[in-house]
Amino acid sequence: MTASLLRTSPLGEREAEFAASGMDIREAGFRAMVNVRVDSASAAADAIGIALGVPLPVVPNTVCGGERAAVWLGPDEWLIYGADGDTPRITALATEALGPVSGSVLDLSANRTTIEISGARAREVLAKGCALDLHPRVFGEGHCAQTLIGKTQVLLWQYGNAPDYRILVRASFANYLADWLLDAAASGW
Amino acid sequence: MLLIECPWCGQREETEFRYGGQAHVDYPSAPAETGDTEWAEFLFYRDNPAGPFAERWMHAAGCRRWFNAVRDTRTNEFLGVYRIGEGQPA
Amino acid sequence: MTANSERLPEGGRIDRTKPLRATVDGIEILGYRGDTVASAMLANGIRTVAPSLYRSRPRGILGAGNEEPNALVRVERRGSSPMLPATTVELTEGLPVHTLSGIGALEPNSEAKDLDTRFAHTDVLVVGGGPTGLAAALAASEGDARVLLLDDQPELGGALLRGTDAELLDWAGGAAELLRARPEVTVVSRCTAFGYYDENYLLAVERGETLDRQRLWKIRAHHVVLATGANERPIVFAGNDLPGVMLADATRAYVNRYAALPGSEAVIATTNDTAYEAALDLAAAGVSVRAIVDSRAEPPEDLAAMACQAGIEVLADCVVAEATGTDSVAAVRIVRFEQPRRTVRTIRADLLAVSGGWSPDVGLFSQSGGKLRWNETLAAFLPEHSRQRQHIAGAARGRYGFARCVADGRFAGVSAAESCGYPAPDSPLRPGISERATRVETEQRPVWIVPAETGKPAEWREHFVDLQRDATVADIARACGAGMRSPEHIKRYTTIGTGSDQGRTSGLTAVGVLAWLRGMGSPGALGTTSFRAPAVPVSFELLAGRDTGKLLDPVRTTPIHPAHRELGAEFENVGQWKRPWYYAREGEGMHEAVLRECAAARTGVAMMDASTLGKIDLIGPDAGEFLNRLYTNGFKKLAIGSARYGVMCGCDGMVFDDGVVLRLSENHYTLTTTTGGAAGVLDWFEEWLQTEWIELDVWATSVTEQWSTVAVVGPRSREVIGAIAPELAVSNAEFPFMTVRETVLGNGIPARIVRVSFSGELAYEVNVANWHGLAAWREIERAGAGFGITPYGTETMHVLRAEKGFPIVGQDTDGTVTPIDLGMDWIVSKRKDFIGKRSLSRPDTARADRKQLVGLLPDEHGTLIPEGSQLIGEHTPVTPEVAPVPMLGHVTSSYHSAALGRTFALALLRSGRERIGQTVRTPVGDRLVSATVTEPIFYDKEGARRDG
Repeated sequence: MTASLLRTSPLGEREAEFAASGMDIREAGFRAMVNVRVDSASAAADAIGIALGVPLPVVPNTVCGGERAAVWLGPDEWLIYGADGDTPRITALATEALGPVSGSVLDLSANRTTIEISGARAREVLAKGCALDLHPRVFGEGHCAQTLIGKTQVLLWQYGNAPDYRILVRASFANYLADWLLDAAASGW
Repeated sequence: MLLIECPWCGQREETEFRYGGQAHVDYPSAPAETGDTEWAEFLFYRDNPAGPFAERWMHAAGCRRWFNAVRDTRTNEFLGVYRIGEGQPA
Repeated sequence: MTANSERLPEGGRIDRTKPLRATVDGIEILGYRGDTVASAMLANGIRTVAPSLYRSRPRGILGAGNEEPNALVRVERRGSSPMLPATTVELTEGLPVHTLSGIGALEPNSEAKDLDTRFAHTDVLVVGGGPTGLAAALAASEGDARVLLLDDQPELGGALLRGTDAELLDWAGGAAELLRARPEVTVVSRCTAFGYYDENYLLAVERGETLDRQRLWKIRAHHVVLATGANERPIVFAGNDLPGVMLADATRAYVNRYAALPGSEAVIATTNDTAYEAALDLAAAGVSVRAIVDSRAEPPEDLAAMACQAGIEVLADCVVAEATGTDSVAAVRIVRFEQPRRTVRTIRADLLAVSGGWSPDVGLFSQSGGKLRWNETLAAFLPEHSRQRQHIAGAARGRYGFARCVADGRFAGVSAAESCGYPAPDSPLRPGISERATRVETEQRPVWIVPAETGKPAEWREHFVDLQRDATVADIARACGAGMRSPEHIKRYTTIGTGSDQGRTSGLTAVGVLAWLRGMGSPGALGTTSFRAPAVPVSFELLAGRDTGKLLDPVRTTPIHPAHRELGAEFENVGQWKRPWYYAREGEGMHEAVLRECAAARTGVAMMDASTLGKIDLIGPDAGEFLNRLYTNGFKKLAIGSARYGVMCGCDGMVFDDGVVLRLSENHYTLTTTTGGAAGVLDWFEEWLQTEWIELDVWATSVTEQWSTVAVVGPRSREVIGAIAPELAVSNAEFPFMTVRETVLGNGIPARIVRVSFSGELAYEVNVANWHGLAAWREIERAGAGFGITPYGTETMHVLRAEKGFPIVGQDTDGTVTPIDLGMDWIVSKRKDFIGKRSLSRPDTARADRKQLVGLLPDEHGTLIPEGSQLIGEHTPVTPEVAPVPMLGHVTSSYHSAALGRTFALALLRSGRERIGQTVRTPVGDRLVSATVTEPIFYDKEGARRDG
């Protein structure tokens, strides 16, 4: 038995509820997430970007890349996001590119899970509990923000123009956030 | 509710921040040589002006950076924010 | 009274194709869509509402909006509200209305409403959909700025809806249509802004057509335009609270907007021009208007001529001294304005329409920090200085009349959009906006109070100031007599302005009366009372919104939670976490379950989910130095692959958190924090790294939820670990206490296993990736089955550690306890400095008689002393009637011990270590029990069990 088959995701049991919500909501479990901390002005930061094929964005609250992406978390902190199984490769590439320079590369793939929400109502549903201005003039594709939805901290990232959002939430809060989103989607308002 | 300008993330709601009290209260460089009175002042005494006040905030729900701000305690108006290590704006 | 008997045959903005039936106090009334409960009541001849709260005086409908102080109702229906003004409740089919005397009762079992919350952002927020607000929104949105327009009525138009001017109403309709067609404009009707806070943050409540739908708007606006209009003021005279006394503009609203007759024979009392319109509209509707009583010596000629033409007599230089009648107005006595105030006439009337002038609605403006100034000409407090990015326009700043309001609103809208970077294209007024001239209003002659001809003000108990509070001139006079001078003091003494109507009809009137009592010319010098949120009543349930039930507070669970549920765990709340408390088997209570779980851990093997502990990775060449500075003990020299327990203090020397630090490699440490302290410890680390020790090369990252942890505890735990981790050498020599090993479990899951013990027993902590937590738990359960492995919860964990005297930060400490107080001198470095060290030698911290952690053994072995119990000396007399009984400390932890076969406790006790061997006493229920003070360790004092 391989270890990957023994994994459980926080929202594995909520699939049917998402499907019945009338909205395009789903859990994208087991995504690769590697936390990188390094001085953004260092050559190592550039080297990591080159090694991973995605530059580490220096503009706050933006994302670079596609399937493998670098998400800005702070002036010296990024989350490298990728497909399930990409973690060892990301970790190895980033660690090697960092070399002896001060910084850290940590696997946080199991720390959070991803909820994806798409479609015409997505913005309005998020606006029930997210104080950010999500108007396309302000927050569009390629934008991200660490903020609050309802009563939990999240990393919100618009990755498509449907609009499509990824909400990265810590595993222990995932069911609360799922409850919150399902309730918001069901609101008669 | 206050709207606070994080020097990195821009304006965010107060609920995303943690308050850190008066700014520019340095940790004594040699605590062992600091007298009892002086040490007690470091621990317990802070300014409480009616007017501009330099204070620390941390963007707890966001980028987790500590920074400084000057806030007018009479109106809650933020007169400026600046990063740690930057000088207090005039 | 018959159904719809007072309804005009035509006109109004009601939809006569949509008839409705409702009941008021059980009596059926007929109405139409577009009616309010109040307008339907008047149309059905109901002019009297419930009697007043304190004096049981008959009361009628005074106003036509949220200024209404009298006509309070309760609606029994889904989403019922305990108390609402009938003037703001839309009539709907079958609505069961009950009139109320000023106090509503919450219905504990009322069904949930359809509530919602919405955050909104806009470039320009316009509050108010009258001519000013419509013009502002139109102008602001011309340059494509995002505009949000809030209006509290079902239909846009504001004060225009109370008139009959078709051209103006068409203009409003056209403006609304234009706004709704613009993609970046949002128009929200039935929405009342009630709070205005810092940085243009406003709260508003949006109502559905029915009462069971409400939404809270939380709005951030770059710029705000307040177009909140003005409120008409009453005049204080004797009997001014009788049913039939109404605000003049409200009577206009009833005849014009609702086609409902508020009376049949009317007298108009005014201090200004606007009531002439009411008089003419009433007359046009068929009301017999007997007279206009105008305080001014020379009312404007054009208005007087129009009144004359309508057959209405104008009594200039006169005021109403008294309204009389038993249950409602029957007659109006009119006196000369000038002294002596002889009676001019007494006129029979059932309606007395009053206009004491207009007060701009500056509530939101004042809440936002704006300053007001008295304007003598308009006899009103006007906005003078804004503190926020804001305009206040139209009647809300004393600009009256359609054309002036539109021009003012337009100016405000253009400026607001410009300030957000959306200048309006240079265009004239929108086509369709009528540039009609407005009469320039003549000066008014304010009348705050018409004094009684006899007696003293302190006796004038029928001159009402606040109808909802039943407060009169006598009450204000009494307050003055008690030495009060400022309106704020008068407000609190008399309760004027504290009703659910927020003093809309009484606040300024009270200041006017106060000025008169104090012999001052006008209220200008006295100022107003503060305006505070909420400007209209809002319910707590609205503020809570949908965050009820399971959304009230997040429930955090670990990946192993499904297994705990299957095992039938009782859960304990630890912060937001749900942690297994104990696992009761058939027939067991908590007591039996915990004794069984403890016995398993001490004699066999047991397992618990320890995933909730906070975890932080520290990486960098200075990580060891950083830990040395923060923990009381040293970590720089910790061997790679080893673990050490550590305690952290605040600068004040008080214990702040504790945990185990592992060194994984030269520059990589990982550490645990308490479950509740995880976020605080990371903040603490970042604070020092970012603000004080920026020279240290260390990176801190929270990894709390990357890992899931199962503790395997007990003499047979080594066998279980050996079974799940076949590649791992588990002998005591190869895997000694306080070391860490990386391995792969038999099922392929990578694991980090640490030999630590929080129970004194041989124990391991198995750490795996969070998503493997459940599989690891099941694997351990499977491997341990042959050894009778027993899951245990937080209660057993607490007992086991307490038997060993291990304190829990936050339970046995409370922020006033040093490591020395805990008897942990051994962990406090003498050689190096650390945060808090200096404070340990402060005179107070170094005192010998501080509270110290000790053990307690109750003399009765079966008696459990409740946690939190206070302790007193053995011979201290318990005489609280004489003096406070001196306390020595309190119990922090208390349990039954399976291992000891008795109860025991931990306590913080003054000079505790000196008292070891002595007896203390503490209340248990209603008696005092004795306990012996001991060292805070009860089991395996030699530490012989940790290696199995």
